Amino acid sequence: MLVRLKVNGDWREAEVWPGASLLALLREQLGLVGSKNACEQGECGSCSVWMDDELVCACLVLAGQAEGREIRTVESLASGDTLHPVQQAFLESGAVQCGFCTPGLIVAVADLLETDLAPSDITIREALAGNICRCTGYAKIIDAVHAAAEKMR
Amino acid sequence: MSTKIREHIRGGVGEHVRRVDGIPKVKGQFLYGSDLWAEDMLWGYTVRSPHPHARIARVDISQAVASPGVQAVLLAADVPGTSVYGLEIPDQPVLVSDRVRYQGEPVAILAATDLETARRAAERVSVTYEVLPTVADMEAALREDAPALHERGNTVKAIRIIHGDPETRAEVWVEGYYETGMQDQAMLGPESGMAVPAEDGGVDIYVATQWLHVDQDQISPCLGLPKDKVRLHLAGVGGAFGGREDVSMQIHAAMLALRTRRPVKMVYSREESFVGHVHRHPSRIWMRTGATRDGDLVAVQARIFIDGGAYASSSPAVITNATTFAAGPYEVPNALLQGTAVYTNNPPCGAMRGFGAVQACFAYEAQMDKLADALKMDRAELRLRNALRTGSVLPTGQVIHGTAPVRELIRRCVDLPLPETSDERDPLTYPGGAGNVSRGEGLRRGVGFAVGYKNIGYSGGFDDSAECRVKLFATPSGPIAEVHSAAAEVGQGVHTVILQIARQELGIDHVVLHPADTMVGSAGSTSASRQTMMAGGATQLACRAVRDQLFERVRRWALTRGVALDRDLGIEDSHVVAGGRRLAPIVDFLDTAIAQTRVYHHRKTTAMDERGQGDVHVLFAFAAQRVLVEVDEDLGLVRVIHVATAQDVGKAIYPQGVYGQIEGGTTQGIGLAVMEEIQLRDGRILNPSFTDYLLPTILDIPTFSSTLVEEPEPGVPFGAKGVGELSTVVSTAAVVAALRDATGRELNRAPVRPDDLIGLTPPVRPRSA
Repeated sequence: MLVRLKVNGDWREAEVWPGASLLALLREQLGLVGSKNACEQGECGSCSVWMDDELVCACLVLAGQAEGREIRTVESLASGDTLHPVQQAFLESGAVQCGFCTPGLIVAVADLLETDLAPSDITIREALAGNICRCTGYAKIIDAVHAAAEKMR
Repeated sequence: MSTKIREHIRGGVGEHVRRVDGIPKVKGQFLYGSDLWAEDMLWGYTVRSPHPHARIARVDISQAVASPGVQAVLLAADVPGTSVYGLEIPDQPVLVSDRVRYQGEPVAILAATDLETARRAAERVSVTYEVLPTVADMEAALREDAPALHERGNTVKAIRIIHGDPETRAEVWVEGYYETGMQDQAMLGPESGMAVPAEDGGVDIYVATQWLHVDQDQISPCLGLPKDKVRLHLAGVGGAFGGREDVSMQIHAAMLALRTRRPVKMVYSREESFVGHVHRHPSRIWMRTGATRDGDLVAVQARIFIDGGAYASSSPAVITNATTFAAGPYEVPNALLQGTAVYTNNPPCGAMRGFGAVQACFAYEAQMDKLADALKMDRAELRLRNALRTGSVLPTGQVIHGTAPVRELIRRCVDLPLPETSDERDPLTYPGGAGNVSRGEGLRRGVGFAVGYKNIGYSGGFDDSAECRVKLFATPSGPIAEVHSAAAEVGQGVHTVILQIARQELGIDHVVLHPADTMVGSAGSTSASRQTMMAGGATQLACRAVRDQLFERVRRWALTRGVALDRDLGIEDSHVVAGGRRLAPIVDFLDTAIAQTRVYHHRKTTAMDERGQGDVHVLFAFAAQRVLVEVDEDLGLVRVIHVATAQDVGKAIYPQGVYGQIEGGTTQGIGLAVMEEIQLRDGRILNPSFTDYLLPTILDIPTFSSTLVEEPEPGVPFGAKGVGELSTVVSTAAVVAALRDATGRELNRAPVRPDDLIGLTPPVRPRSA
């Protein structure tokens, strides 16, 4: 089936099988591999994207459900060499190790900071509970959220 | 003639640096194995046995072959070369021809135009199995009436370490039995890679792995190709933790690529990943510890069983570690330590962060607490009294020649402040907080402590050397050094460390990495906390060779001007300096590039003799950890509140990375302590998903205080010890000790379940006769 959707500002079309997920469409059809395939059942948040400004796991959304919708992925955050403050903060704070969870976490953090520019540790933990990181032990991720929030205030 | 370099280099050793792969990773542009793509590429897929133990009676691939979009379906008979592979013992079939030994074992592989077509074709491969009884228990597997799973029987390796007089008398004895469960590495990036057929009849394999050259060593005989026709390239690695030490999809993708003459990509699903890599060995440890009334350790006796599952993988090395470390980081004059790794029909077990030292620490630290209680002695004091030091003799007879700051670690750890408690708490901070199950009633707090140690580098006489090539050349914007190492960056930061060392040694800012591949010699495995020492050591040697050649050019140039440069030469800010004065920019001496290749060897070790004696390990690192927990006594739910760690690092080359290793490694230890276990029933995995295999989330982690003890290790580059594993070695033991303190229960099995804490489940009993 043919799906037409707006991705990172541009209208795109892709031919997918009816069972394909939005994640498969982004990764395999559009070559946007920043959204990651770690669990593919909505447990780890590595494929977090915005659909019409709502944070979703792209693996849990059927490609067909994205018809006519607006999708924003991690690839939309930096403009050229200028990183988004959340990306910059992850880099500075040591919140990145293997980096596989990083794009999903950065999207989730950017989403949190769109509504709360001074989140407490508790708020951060609650907001990121759906993003698994196997490397860092999360402490430096919490540091990065505070650093990004401060920069964006 | 000596050479001197500036002590402080921007981005050099010990500096706060950004990781070299950080920008592409935060932008989502870093290409992992699962992100690879090629024109005309096919997708590979694996058909796996649903049975843990069975004979294959018949395989019919005709329907799969006839499926539209399917380009190849291959069976064991299609393996071009050797039919088996393995890290230490080649006992694992590339594809099963007759006998399946674990659930999920690969039986057939196929390639199709897309993943969904491949999946559906796999369902049309018809395999007729004759199911055999499952050998699911590691001790039952050793009974005489158990079916032999391999020609060599069901013992992978048995070792015995006899030290002093193990039958000696002691005034006080404590005894215990301990178990740990099977833990999954759960690296977020699934097994993945791509094989591309080459015009010379060979193949290029792009793969997320921990050791390119050992993959090459195993893959090429199976493909029937010489090594130089099997070229490996490191794809982005989404975490490893030991799970990528063994070959997964490499041979399969290469076979499909060579057959179809098209690039073939394979990516495991999460469920497949649970059977696609080895796990942490479940263990059963019986231990008896004797001491004088004053608290001096007299003897340790231990019997250790670990379940190796269906194939050997690195079980021989894991049981060697578990057994050699079984007496803990303490001076023990007499010991009898026996370890056995066993074949069963459970999923194969092998390397995971901590590598046998985790299981041993869980037992010996519980014993130390028991002993302290029996002696009515402070737990830290007992450890301080018996701690290893430089010059101590281990149960293997090995003398510790390097640093062993165990007392310093214990003192520093104990001194780290506990977090302040506040009366007003968000319900989310209580045990089980996200479930909204508590308002803070019935909470018990406990503090646990553990000290542990582990080897750095490969042991037992193995020369796991590392090669590095460094090229220094001029560009219009200044000198650039390119470092070529095959060391696998798995997230831990070795590529950043290599560049720091190159900057430090060469005195220039602009240092770049050549992609890691097999066009340079082996760097050895990214495991055993060894790459800082080994790949870092090779980088240092190669840079020094480049520098020496540069200075040779400088001296020859000076002689043509009638100047003999007998003073120390150095490099500062891309200039050659003599006696502190700038001579000329180094690009002036780089009309042609300078390239040097060097190999770093660690000191020689020896294998153990029949009494388990030998100079077995290269060097040791130590850690001490204190954990504060809270337990909901009604529900048995746990919150780990705070973890204080003191770690022996020798020298922190990349400090931010060191703290990251401590926090991440601790979190994996917390996982094994309270939630992570592959649940098995009769050889079958019951929870192969992130829904059912529980991993620590950001809601589960404590706050951390970490302190580094930096006593440089003699004889290794910068005195730096590997840092990746130590926190994992101690944290499971420390968390469970804290839970014992909170509840007064025995808790001799990790992971501890809510049922154990509210008393529904009695402690496990030894299963040995």
